[in-house]
Amino acid sequence: MQNALDTHIRRFATPCFKTRRKAGDRLSTNVLLQMKNIHKTFPGVYALKAVDFELRAGEVHAIIGENGAGKSTLIKVLGGIYAADQGEIFIEGKKVEIRSVKDAQRNGISIIHQELVLVPYMTVAENIFLGREPMKGGLVNATKMHEEAQKLIDSYGINIDAKSLVRDLTIAQQQMVEIIKAISYNSKILVMDEPTSSISEKEVKFLFETMRNLTSKGVGIIYISHRMSELAEICDRVTVMRDGSYIGTRVVSETTNDELISMMVGRELKNYYTRDFQEDGEVMLKCENISDHKIVKDVSFEVRKGEIVGFAGLVGAGRSEVMKCIFGLTKGYSGNIYIDGKKVVIRSPSDAIKHGIALVPEDRKLEGLYLIQSVRFNSTIEVLKDFIKGIFVNRKKEEDITQKYIDMMSTKTPSMEQAIGKLSGGNQQKVMIGRWLATSPRILILDEPTRGVDVGAKSEIYAIMNNLAKSGMAIIMISSEMPELINMSDRIYVMCEGRITGCLGHKEITQEKIMKLAAK
Amino acid sequence: MDRVASRNKKSPFALFLNGAVQWFRDNMGIIIALIVLCLFLSLNPITKNTFLTMKNIFNVLRQISTNLFLACGMTMVIILGGIDLSVGSIIALSGCLAAGSVVRYNLPLPVALLVGVLVGLVFGMFNGVVISRTTIPPFIVTLATMNIAKGLAYVYTGGSPVRVVTKEWQFLGAGYIGPVPTPVIILIIVLIVTALIMNKTKTGRYIYAVGGNAQAAEFSGIKVSRVKFLIYAYSGLMAGLAGIVLGSRMYSGQPTAGEGAEMDAIAAVVVGGTSMAGGYGKIGGTLIGGLIIGVLNNGLNLLNVNSFWQYVIKGIVILLAVFIDYIRQENKEKIKVNIKGN
Repeated sequence: MQNALDTHIRRFATPCFKTRRKAGDRLSTNVLLQMKNIHKTFPGVYALKAVDFELRAGEVHAIIGENGAGKSTLIKVLGGIYAADQGEIFIEGKKVEIRSVKDAQRNGISIIHQELVLVPYMTVAENIFLGREPMKGGLVNATKMHEEAQKLIDSYGINIDAKSLVRDLTIAQQQMVEIIKAISYNSKILVMDEPTSSISEKEVKFLFETMRNLTSKGVGIIYISHRMSELAEICDRVTVMRDGSYIGTRVVSETTNDELISMMVGRELKNYYTRDFQEDGEVMLKCENISDHKIVKDVSFEVRKGEIVGFAGLVGAGRSEVMKCIFGLTKGYSGNIYIDGKKVVIRSPSDAIKHGIALVPEDRKLEGLYLIQSVRFNSTIEVLKDFIKGIFVNRKKEEDITQKYIDMMSTKTPSMEQAIGKLSGGNQQKVMIGRWLATSPRILILDEPTRGVDVGAKSEIYAIMNNLAKSGMAIIMISSEMPELINMSDRIYVMCEGRITGCLGHKEITQEKIMKLAAK
Repeated sequence: MDRVASRNKKSPFALFLNGAVQWFRDNMGIIIALIVLCLFLSLNPITKNTFLTMKNIFNVLRQISTNLFLACGMTMVIILGGIDLSVGSIIALSGCLAAGSVVRYNLPLPVALLVGVLVGLVFGMFNGVVISRTTIPPFIVTLATMNIAKGLAYVYTGGSPVRVVTKEWQFLGAGYIGPVPTPVIILIIVLIVTALIMNKTKTGRYIYAVGGNAQAAEFSGIKVSRVKFLIYAYSGLMAGLAGIVLGSRMYSGQPTAGEGAEMDAIAAVVVGGTSMAGGYGKIGGTLIGGLIIGVLNNGLNLLNVNSFWQYVIKGIVILLAVFIDYIRQENKEKIKVNIKGN
């Protein structure tokens, strides 16, 4: 536990990167990959404009940028999925042509995509050797395959049985299998696209250890992430892209968060966090002894009018589960809920909505969005009764509502008929929040409101949260991002293993205190 | 913003025209397929004198009406992400019980017909309760009720048709209102009601929501199990209706009626562009899908094609229609991805 705690403190307690290891410690001069003057256009879009990129042996090189900055396009050019219109690629000084995925593999480039592509009902070994199984007399030599896979896994000090089915592994372990599979092609260049977006912090640590192990063997890793805090821990250099252009490359230990953010958004973000603190509203929501008899144990807390209350804790601490009880999604929970001092009974989400509670869920793709439906459909699904009476649809009113929240959240969408699945994460989140604001809630629960949202949109969401609180809404924010919790919350409840282990007022919040309570 | 404003100024007629244009655009592939099919049949020397006659067209419409009743329910069920295999057997049971009510118990005709429709509704409600309250897949549940309904129809009739010879009985399936066959009138009403439910009501939106993302619907406070129950009940009701119409047309309740009808209904829905994965589909597409299958059946009969070969040809046409649609979607997708650029 102590060890885990140290890692957390190290991860979160480095707002700027000065405290890290010195630049160049590991930076060899051996250039693995060079991409020069890469151009790529699509009909109507200049996706890449004269982009340069360099990767050295043994380094982890991050590429950051807002959604649409061209990171994915650049990776797809490298991986042979798109052909560049112009530009040259050199691998270990030799000019190469990459026209297909096969070409990329032949040149030692492996890409691990955000979505895992393993076969769940096959063993780890079968997955690693998929399509090139060791044969014996026309049949697959299973013994040899499993032995070799196990050897490979062991050589990275990873504790996975090559014979276990992939579906029985955790997401992080599956990621390890992907990495090993990629490496087993003798790749020298490994691209990882947001590998930590769906794994817990413990697993992140494990992933980083594996990455270090790889770089010590001379592999170069290109790392794409939205999480600024990870740069400090794992990356040596960082390249910033914006609107398809190369903006610059920095050595991580010699730059600051602020510099990188302003490079990403192209302007100084003066007020990244907007928050006018206020603490003297009356109690709007009070919960007593909430238990779901599985994870949540005896949780009591209160939220005042105009307050933003943060919920901190490690993944699995039970924060989302508490909110699911309050929102009526969990059947058979116990405990009392009071709104404005009056006891209320909430047995279903529609009860909760009736009492003015709104919940913007953690995983918007899984729990929130109707991906193939339009922005309009997604914006108004909660308030159909406002414009549909029987079989009469007031289309104008529907469009007015949609437009109102597009404007209010400054959502960027070509039209309100656009399928929401085609919008960026930030804009999807804005539609989600707008959907719930349309119900005129008095209590707004935001579960990880800025996950997978780019920096510019994040800042906008903070400003909107501040305005809502100022207008008298009570806001609960579950978050795993320390800076966001610290800068936005009037108070923070910290949870650990299903219980509330402490409550910190705005003035006493520090990362160390939160982490101590979270790992109690 | 301008677009929205100008749109609101338009007259109801212009709005209707807009809708029609949209409908044409959405279903262009299959509409063209239908037109080609009709052109072929009206120009072909063997069929040119028989196909494009008022009598034959009404005949086709009469024949497809039962299939389209089922397809109306099935469209919603499939958009919901489910399937209803029981509808074919419900046709048989509903027809037999309605005919039996007249012949064996001397019940007045309207009551007998109501019995038939209610049998369908009860079966649909049963499907709905089981599917919405448990996690048993709809495929399994309706496979079971398919067998139950079929079995009951055989038990009730002892395996032989229940004949009804009164003129009134035949009105529903074989009669006319003015020059138009009765089932066609009923079909128009059913299509309008279904279209209104799907496009104009809250429940309609909920169908797309539940089919698109059931978990999100739960988080939205939508009563998912209620939506499921209603839709399966509606599908059963449609099957009951199809049962009495078909029974009327055949002058009898037959335990073998409606065999394989669920597959024809699914074919109409799928050819009409509804996604088997749920969350997407339109009743306008289903209408064209049903027409294609109906015209094809009719054309093959007029062309004197061996009825065994008709199955083969129908199968190929279904595959082709869906394949063309698939290619179109794929292309659309590609263009969009390219424009987005990453």
